[in-house]
Formats: sequence, structure tokens, C-alpha cells
Amino acid sequence: MYNGGKIIFGLIIFLAIVTFPFYSNLGGSAKKAMPSLDTPEIYALATKECVRSGEYMKKEHMKVLDEWRDEVVREGKREKISVGGTELEKSLQNGCMHCHSNKEQFCTECHKYAGIDPYCWDCHFDRGEGRL
Amino acid sequence: MSINRRKFLKIAGLTGLGLSLSARDFILMSPAEASGGHSLPSSGERLGMAIDVRKLTDADYARIADACHTVHNVPTLIPEKNNVKNEVKWIWTDTYNHTFPEQINDYHPEALRNKTFPLLCNHCDKPPCVRVCPTKATFRAKNGMIVQDPHRCIGCRFCMAGCPYGSRSFNWVDPRPYIPKRNPDFPTRTIGVVEKCTFCPERLARGQQPACVEVSNGAMIFGNLADSHSEIRNILSTHFTLRRKPTLGTMPSVFYIIGGEDYAG
Amino acid sequence: MLDKALHGGKTYWTLIIVLASIAGAGTLAYLYQFNNGLGVTGMSRDVSWGFYISQFTFLVGVAASAVMLVIPYYLHDYKKFGKIVILGEFLAVASVTMCMLFIFVDMGQPMRILNVILHPTPNSILFWDATVLNGYLFLNIVIGWTTLHAEKKQAPPPSWVKPLIYLSIPWAVSIHTVTAFLYAGIPGRHFWLTAIMAARFLASAFAGGPALLIILALILRKYTKFDPGREPIQAVGKIVTYAMCANVFFILLEVFTAFYSNIPGHMHSFEYLFVGIEGHGKLVPLMWISVIFAVISLIMLIPPKIRNKESNLIKACVLVFISLWIDKGFGLVIGGFVPNHFGTVTEYWPTLIETVITLGVWAIGFLTLTILYKVAISVREELGTVKSEY
Repeated sequence: MYNGGKIIFGLIIFLAIVTFPFYSNLGGSAKKAMPSLDTPEIYALATKECVRSGEYMKKEHMKVLDEWRDEVVREGKREKISVGGTELEKSLQNGCMHCHSNKEQFCTECHKYAGIDPYCWDCHFDRGEGRL
Repeated sequence: MSINRRKFLKIAGLTGLGLSLSARDFILMSPAEASGGHSLPSSGERLGMAIDVRKLTDADYARIADACHTVHNVPTLIPEKNNVKNEVKWIWTDTYNHTFPEQINDYHPEALRNKTFPLLCNHCDKPPCVRVCPTKATFRAKNGMIVQDPHRCIGCRFCMAGCPYGSRSFNWVDPRPYIPKRNPDFPTRTIGVVEKCTFCPERLARGQQPACVEVSNGAMIFGNLADSHSEIRNILSTHFTLRRKPTLGTMPSVFYIIGGEDYAG
Repeated sequence: MLDKALHGGKTYWTLIIVLASIAGAGTLAYLYQFNNGLGVTGMSRDVSWGFYISQFTFLVGVAASAVMLVIPYYLHDYKKFGKIVILGEFLAVASVTMCMLFIFVDMGQPMRILNVILHPTPNSILFWDATVLNGYLFLNIVIGWTTLHAEKKQAPPPSWVKPLIYLSIPWAVSIHTVTAFLYAGIPGRHFWLTAIMAARFLASAFAGGPALLIILALILRKYTKFDPGREPIQAVGKIVTYAMCANVFFILLEVFTAFYSNIPGHMHSFEYLFVGIEGHGKLVPLMWISVIFAVISLIMLIPPKIRNKESNLIKACVLVFISLWIDKGFGLVIGGFVPNHFGTVTEYWPTLIETVITLGVWAIGFLTLTILYKVAISVREELGTVKSEY
């Protein structure tokens, strides 16, 4: 093969780089994510329910947030929603996190497991965080 | 923002028509608009504000700015050394000459020349910031509010070049360390996006007045310009008011009552 | 053909390594800016665009100037430009690349750059600018590469390139017109709000771009076997002369309108740039250098006797380039922001980080240019057509 040595050397480097995520995580095991619903606000609800089914929210909560964001910010549709007998704003910070006041145990728990860092938190924050 | 293919194609198709449409707008423009009048709809909602500066003192302004900036988590970047360039502000004050540079007059009453005026986004009827934004991150809502969507802003700062009122601030640095006490009901902003006065849609939705209006002791009047029976229309029709830089054709929705109508004949 | 860029002498590799190092330093500086925000630059609430956007504006002009070679060669069949037209096209490629990088490094949220395509906004000039710049980059890559490839095969270029070449002519005008519209359509920025902004941009582009091209061609002649020929260089020199005259004329028109009308807003920016306002005058020395260089360059360019001597022409071209770089790559953008909307002065000066990033982008541009020129010259060296007959 013309320049065979160089090509094989190059291929080895390439493979070493693309497989980095696999061997760098080798041997480690991730603890299963267990988001907690244990907050006083959730216990206070007349019926323990979310804006959609738990199953749906687990997979698609980002879609709900995306829709709300556009409705509220861009279309000015700020009517409240009723969750478990409580009237709440269509809002991550003032709606979702009203009940889910445990950001670390609820949001971060799964996000960490999935290895993602949503930029929601660059602006929005745990309602508790603000009370300095 | 979920944008489906159909919508994308629709917009892409309209893109070609863009310039011809703006040309049509121009041709159909009524003389009233051309001369800088406010184009009021016969019905619906057009939010605006009248500020009676005769009733406002520097202490009031400090309280008003503080109310706005606290409730909206606006970072305090001025007092620190060398930080003026990174300043973020939604409402602030300046002198008469800086506020109304088109109406400078050396013989104005001294009281007027020494007076300070509150400055904020004018929520223009023909906003240049909206015209120049490449992503519709800033846009005009039906009720006339100029909305800045920080989720979509790419931080190109074209709107800052476009706004003739210096109403827009950019987050040159991460604002969070500069917010002494966060209001848990409102988000902060992230680094690299533009922000400005919003006319408080989140407060209006709760039946409250904008934060500045609430603490102005009645000197700031907020309301619907499209409703001829509204308080603001009543005030505007009985007082002489000024708007900032009217010759630019932006048609601000913020009106200043500076006094002196007794002499206007 | 790209493999030709992998074989070169010591000078070539030294240049590549130097440029790559500057580009690397620029990249590191950019990472710092990315993590800490645009606050690391000299820009401020009042002067919200700085070095990056002004470099972008200047380089759009350099990119557009390729058309000054394309028109004579392809429309007027001016054969003497045969050897250098590719230099113009590849310079356009490198310049547009730099333009895009400058826009990118100027963004507060660069990760959201695709929002411009996801939410197309025809009323924004920036949307159109992104469109025409991408189109122009594509046109010049395709045209340059295809014609060079045909030259290598010693065959005429494929017939489908011709329409693209003709299209590239109005397209070049469009990129600089649209870029001028970024500024010329903004109410309240009197310095920019001028109907001849696009014309001024084109005039300065057609002076500065070809001036750079002459400098580059003569550098190539010194360090490679390439010879652009005497006559083609003189012809480009004439283009520089006429365009520079038009540019200076246009600027004087602006000065007349501002000062004869005596409208304060129209005069303030000129006053800030050339005499300073209330003791603020960081740009004053630079702007006067620009003026003096422009005048000297015209004295050297207008009389054919002086211009015809190549050593004079290249000096004049260096002066033209520096003069226009200061005027458009610095003064034009900053001048539009000073004084601010309240009549007060906030000055701007780039920070070290900003300067390193700017140099980094220029280095990436010149790296691209070096590689493209290397390919073009190597192809001709093989064919033995590296020297011009004119």
C-alpha cells in the first residue's frame, strides 16, 4: 500500500479519538435516576396530578415548556392553568417549580443521569435560590 | 419554538415578497403617519404611558428605577469601577437636553433645564429595533408592546444600533453575580442577550400595573391609547405632551407632560 | 488539486506555521471570550459594535473587489487579466470567510446562529446580508476552482460556469450594497444615514481590494515563480486610481452636506473623528493618518508618470490600503456610535483579547488565501504557464 504506514497510524489516531467517550466511561456505572416528588407543595394538592400524565411529562416535558414559552412570551397567552385544584402560571419558574420546589432532586437528578445541561437554568432558577 | 416544515416554506416563500411588501406599506402610508402622528386603531389595545414629570423628584426616580430593576432582576453594574460600559438598565434618568435633543433652547426656564427626565423603552409604533432584528427575537405584540424574547436573541446587537433612544442593554458579562437579591417570580437573563423595558406583561396578566407606575404616586399613567375613554387618553387630550425624537418617525408610545400648557394659549 | 498545498518549500511552510500559530492564539482568545462574554472587549452599551463588525465591513469590500478583475476579463475579453483573475476570486473566498468569522465572533450567543435560518426575517438587512455573503462565497469557490481545474486539464472551462461568472458580477455589487444598507437604513445614526453609503462602500472597496491584490501579486512575484506581468498590474493600478478618486470625492460630499447644512447630528461624528469632542479624541490621530495617506496616495496615483513606475505604485497601494482600512475598518463604525443618542461621548478602543481574536481571524483568512494561491501557482508551474506574457 502506498504510504501504508502513515495511513494506518492516522487511522489508529482517528479511532482512538472517536471511541474516547466509550473507554473514558469504562468501568463507571451510573446510578438510576430517581426524581423525587416529595415536596410540601405536591402534598398540598387536592389531587396529585401534573399538567399531563407522568409518563408523557417524563418524555416530553421539554415540548410542553417550549409551547408554553412561545404562547406566553410571543403570543401573550398568559391565561392560568389548573393543576390539582391549584391555579398556576404557564411558567417553568412560577408554574412547574411552584410544585417541584426541589430542583436538585427532581430536575437535576434526571438531567445529570442523561448527561445534559439544559440552558433553561442560565436564566430561570430554583425559587429557593433567589431568597438570599 | 417548534417550527414545522410547512411554516418554514411559507416564510421562505414570503421572503421573496418581503421587499415588495415593504414598498406597498410605503405607498399606502397615510399623510398622518408620514408626519409622525400616532396611528391608532379604532378598536383593540394599544398600550402607552404618560409621565407627568412635574410631579416627580429625583427621590421618586430613584424609587421607580429601584422598583423596576429589583422586580426584573436587572443587574447593578454601575457602581463598580470600570463597569459603566457593561451597564444594564431598563429605566433611568437624564437631563432635558439629553432627553429632547431636538428641542434644545437656551432660554427655557431654568427649572426645566435643571430637571431630570425618566427614560425607558418607548414601545414605538414603527420600531427600528424590530425592523432590524434578524431572528424576530424582538417583535411587536398586538397590543403595541415591543417584546424582547431572550430565548431567541443571538446577541448580534443590531437592535442596539437601530434604537435611537439608547433603550437597549446587552449582557456583556454574566449578570447573576451583580443581582444582589433575586426576585424568585422573574427569571434573570443569560450572558450575550439584549434586554430592555417590557411594559411588564407578567404583571398586567396578574391585574397589576407596571412596576414603575405602581410606585410613581400617580405621576405615571399607563393605559390603552386605543380607547378614547381611557385615563391616559383623557390626560393626553388635556395636557401638552412631548415625545422623544418625533422627527425619526418611530412614533413613541411614551409621552412626557412637562408643564407650561397654561401659556400655550 | 488540493494536494498541491501539501508540497512546498521552506518559505511556504514557515508562512503556514506562523499563520497557524496566530490563528491558534486567536482561537484560544476566542474561547476566553466565549466563556466570559463580550465584556472582555472594549465595546460598551454606547458603542455596541466595534472592531469585529468594522473588520467585517471592510472585508466585504475586499471580497467584492474581485469583480474589478472579472468584469474586464470576462465581459470585455481583456486577456491580460488572465493570470490574475484567479487571485481576485480566491481573495474573495478568503475575505468572505473572514467576514463570516467576524460576524460569528461578534455574536453574544453564537450557539444560536441557526436562528437566522430557522426564523427567516426578510425585513432584517442582516438576514439578506447572510444570504448574499453565503451565495458569494459559493460562487467564488465554484468559479475559481472549476476554471483552475480546466486550466490544469488544458481545456476550456465547462460551459455551465459562464452563467455563474456573469451572475457573480451583480452579486459582488449586491454584497457590498446590502452591507451598506445595514448602516444606511437606521434612523437616528446621522453619520450612517446617507444615501451614498452604498456608493461610498463600493468606491472604497474597488480601491482597497485591488490595491491589496497588487500588493499580493508583487509579493507572489518576489517569493514564487509567479509573474503577474507588468501591464496587468498597471491596469489594476488604474482601477485603484479611479476608485480612490471616487471614494475621496464621496467622502467630501458627506463633509459638505454635514457642514453646509449645519445640522448638529450630521456634524458631530465628523467632529469626534477629526478634532475630538470635549477632550475625547482617541481616533483623531488615526483619522488624520487616513486622510494624509489618502492625499499622498492620490498624488502618487493620478500622474501616470509616477504611477507607471512599479515601485511607486506599490507604495501608493500600501497607502491606499492603510488609509481605507482606518476609514472603513475603524472610523466608519465607531464614528456612527459617537456621540451617543444623548449627545455624550463614550469612547471605544479594542482590548488585547479583542485584538488577538481579530488577528486570529485575519490569520485564518490569510491561511486560506496562502493555500489557495499555492494550489493555483503550483498548477501553473506544472504547466509552465506561471509567467504572464504581458
